[in-house]
Amino acid sequence: MTALPIHRRKILAPLTRLAGGDKLVTAALAVLVVLIIAAVFAPLIAPHDPEAIDLSATLSGLTPDHLLGTDQSGRDILSRMLYGAQTGLLGPLLVVVISTVLGTLLGVSAAWLGGAVDALLSRMMDLVFSFPALLLAITLVAVFGVGLTAPVIAMSVAYAPYVGRLARSVALQEMTRPYIQAYRVQGWSGWAICLRHLLPNIVPLILAQSAINFGYALMDLAALSFLGFGVQPPAADWGAMVNEGAGAMLQGAMLPALAPGAIIVITVVAFSMVGEAIADRVALREN
Amino acid sequence: MSEHALEVEGLRKSFGAHVAVDDVSFSLPPGGSLSIVGESGSGKTTTARMLVGLERPDAGRIRVGGRDRSDAARGKATRLARAREIQMVFQDPYLSLDPRVTVAACVEEPLRLHFALTTQERRARRDELLARVGLGEREADALPRRLSGGQRQRVAIARALATEPKVLILDEATAALDVSIQAQILDLLAEIRRDTGVGYLFVTHNLALVRHIADDILVLYQGRVVESGPTREVLAAPEHPYTRLLLHSVPRPGWDPARIAADRRALAAALGQPPLQHDPATRSVTK
Amino acid sequence: MPRHLLEVENLTVRLAAGKAARPILDGVSLHVAQGETVGLVGESGSGKSVTCRSVLGLFPEGAEADGSLRVDGNDVLTMPSARLRELRRRDVSMIFQDPRASINPIRRIGDYVTEGMRAGGVSRDLALKRAEELLESVGIRDSHAALRRYPHEFSGGMLQRVMIAGALAGEPRLLLADEPTTALDVTTQAEVISILTGLRTERAMAMLFVTHDLELAAAICDRIYVMYAGRIVEVQSAEGLFNRPRHPYTMGLLAATPRLDADRPRGVPGRPVSLADALTGCAFAARCAHARPRCGEQEPVPQVIDDAQVACLRAEELFDE
Repeated sequence: MTALPIHRRKILAPLTRLAGGDKLVTAALAVLVVLIIAAVFAPLIAPHDPEAIDLSATLSGLTPDHLLGTDQSGRDILSRMLYGAQTGLLGPLLVVVISTVLGTLLGVSAAWLGGAVDALLSRMMDLVFSFPALLLAITLVAVFGVGLTAPVIAMSVAYAPYVGRLARSVALQEMTRPYIQAYRVQGWSGWAICLRHLLPNIVPLILAQSAINFGYALMDLAALSFLGFGVQPPAADWGAMVNEGAGAMLQGAMLPALAPGAIIVITVVAFSMVGEAIADRVALREN
Repeated sequence: MSEHALEVEGLRKSFGAHVAVDDVSFSLPPGGSLSIVGESGSGKTTTARMLVGLERPDAGRIRVGGRDRSDAARGKATRLARAREIQMVFQDPYLSLDPRVTVAACVEEPLRLHFALTTQERRARRDELLARVGLGEREADALPRRLSGGQRQRVAIARALATEPKVLILDEATAALDVSIQAQILDLLAEIRRDTGVGYLFVTHNLALVRHIADDILVLYQGRVVESGPTREVLAAPEHPYTRLLLHSVPRPGWDPARIAADRRALAAALGQPPLQHDPATRSVTK
Repeated sequence: MPRHLLEVENLTVRLAAGKAARPILDGVSLHVAQGETVGLVGESGSGKSVTCRSVLGLFPEGAEADGSLRVDGNDVLTMPSARLRELRRRDVSMIFQDPRASINPIRRIGDYVTEGMRAGGVSRDLALKRAEELLESVGIRDSHAALRRYPHEFSGGMLQRVMIAGALAGEPRLLLADEPTTALDVTTQAEVISILTGLRTERAMAMLFVTHDLELAAAICDRIYVMYAGRIVEVQSAEGLFNRPRHPYTMGLLAATPRLDADRPRGVPGRPVSLADALTGCAFAARCAHARPRCGEQEPVPQVIDDAQVACLRAEELFDE
C-alpha cells in the first residue's frame, strides 16, 4: 500500500495507465515531470541567479556551491539549466499546439472536401515540406527580429504539414468506415459528421504524433538558439548554452556545453518515448 | 395497381472504363422484400450505394413513393426527406457504429435530427426502438465494443428504423454473424417487416439465405440483370446459366465443386469475358 | 493401434492470467490420419482457429498449453524451436482466411511461393521452376508471368490460390485450412474447394479444415468435430452428423443454417459464451432447450453412442426420444 493521499493518486492514475508497467516509459514520464517541475519552480529551486556573472569563479568545475560548475562568465550552469527549461519547454509547447491545430485543420479539410481542395491543400503542404525549416526560421527572424516569436512561428508552419499529412491519411482511412457512411445515409450534413464523429475518432492518433513532434521541435528551437536566432543572451536557453559552452571546450571544460546538450537529448528521447506509448495505447484501443 | 415503394429504372454507373452497373431496373412494392444477388463485382453493392445516395448514378432514375431521388440532394430539407425514405444496415457490425457513441446515443441521434420531440418523448421512442430489436437498458449504456456482433447488428437495425424509412437496405447484413445468431436476426427482421410494413432490399451472394427472406429476386452478373422474378419460381426453375451456377455453388451433401468450377469457366467464356484474374470491382470503391 | 499423422490429446490452452475467465481450449482431443480430411466446425469463440494454429506451435501471447499435440509422433509442445521451424516449413502448412492480410503486399508472388523452399536450401532457379508448376496446379493461368506480379494485381479468389500454392511448396503431409473460403463468393468458394479436394486426392495429403459452415464441412470432410466454447461437443462422420446429430448444439446449428431445401432457419437463443464467462457444467446449457438443472453443474464427458462421440449428459435419453 502506498502512502499517497487519495487525490494525488487520481492525478497519477492516467500516467501509470499510460506507462502500463513499462519501465522505460515510466522513466520517460518521470523525466518529463521533473522537467516541468524544474521549469515552473526554477526561481525557487535554482541555487543562483542564472544571469549573475562572477568572474572570480569562471569554469569552476564541480564544486559544492556549483553542482554542475560554472561557465566562462562564472554563471551557475545548474541554475541556467533550470531556468532554461522554461523557454526549453514553452517554445516546443507553442509549436506543437499551433502546428497540431493548423495541421489537423488542413489535413482533415483536404481529406473531407477532396477533389480540387485536396489537391490544393496537399500541394501547399508539399511546398512547405520542401522548404528547409531552418531557412524559413532565419527568414522570419529577419522580419520579426530575434527572440522566441520568429522561431516559434517558423517551426509551427514547418511542422504543420507533418501533422497535416498524418491527419489527411488517417481521416481518409476513417472515412471509408461504414459508420461515417451510415451518418450520411441518416441525413446529417457533412460538417456535422466531420466534427462530431470523424474528428474525435482520429484526434488521439494525431495527438500521439504531436507528442513525438514535441521532442523534434525542442531540438530545432535549440538549434536556432545555438545559431543565435532564438532567445538572446544573457537569458538562459539550452541551445544558446551549448553555443556559449563550445568555446569553453577549447579550454578543456566539457560541462558548459555537455550538460545542456545532454538535457536536450534526454528531453527529446523522453518525449519520443511518451509519444510512442500514447500511439501504442491508441492502437490498442482501436482493436 | 398500387404505387411502388421503390422504383429503379435504367440505373448505370461506371468507374473509369469499368462499367459497374449497367441498365438495372426493378421495383419493390410497399412492405415487399426483394433480394439482389450476385458475386463480388456484380454491381450489387454499387446499386445499393446509389439507392442511399452514397454514389451518384451516371444515368437512370430512382423513385421512392413516386418522388425522384436520382440527383444530388440540395438543401437540408431534401436530405432529411430522403433519409426518411431509405435507410441501410451495413455488412460489418464492427465498423458500422461510431466506437465513441453509446448505444442509446446512437439511436437518439437520428431521432434528434428528424423529429421535434421533447427529451422525454425521445427517450421513450429510443427505448421502444431498442426493445423492438431485443436490447435492454444494460446494452443502452454500453459502447459498441462491449457488445457482440449480433448485438451490434441489432443496434444498427434500431438506428436505421429510427427515421421510419419506407425501404431498408440490408447489405450482406448477416454475413459477418455466426449462423446461430444470423437466424435470430432473420427472425427479427421478418417480425419487423410484419409489424411496420417496411420494405426490404437484401443484398447478398448466398442463395440459400434468399429463399427464406425474399419474395422476389434479382440476379446480377457483371453489372447486368440476368434474371428476375418471384424467388420461389426462380430458384425452382432457374433460366439463366449464371443463376444455375449460383444455385449449384451452395454447399450441400453431394456437392460437386469441380463441376461448378468448370461451369463457371464455361459461362465466363460463353459470355465473352475471360475469367477474371484481376478484378477491378473488388477494390473497395469509396467516395 | 495405428499411429495417426496428427494426434491431439487433452489439449488445454489458458490465456495469460486475468485475460479470460475460462480456458480458450478445454481438453481438446482429435486426430487426423494420413490422407484424411477432417472438419473442425464451430462459431466465433469456439476455439477452432486456436486449435488449428496450435498444431504449428502458434499460441496466443502469454498462453499456457497442457496436454499433448503430436505430428507424426513428435510432440509439438515440447519441440525445440529449430525443429518447430522445420515442421512448419516441411510437414505442416497452413492457409488463412484473408489472403490479402497474409501475403506481404510489396513482394512479388514468386518470392512468396519460393521463400519456404529457398529457406530450405533449394536453389533459386529450381525454386522458381517449382513455383511455376505449383501456381499452374492451383489454376493460375500464365503462371510464369504471375511469378513477377504483385498481390494487388490479383482478385481475392486468385490470391487465395496463390496462398495455397505457397502452402504446397514444402510438400506438406498435413494442410491446415483456417476458414480458407469464408471471405470469398460462393462460386469462387467452389473453385477453391475443388482445388483443395483435387490436391488431396493427387497427393494423399491430410487436411484439417476449419470452418463455421457445417454444410461446407459436410460436403468435403470425412469426419467432423463440432466445437463449442473451447470444447469438442460432438464427433461424427459427415453423413452421420446430418442424419443423426446427437448433441443439442449440433442440432441447433443445423436448424440455424439456411438451406435451399429446408424450412426457415431457426436461431439458437442466447449468445455464444464469451471468454469473460466462467463455465460450470455444460457450456451449452444456458442456450439448450433440453437442459436440466444438472447440466449446469456437471461437466459432460465424451461418450460413444453408435458411431458418434458426444459430450452431453442427456445424449442417450435424447436419442431415445
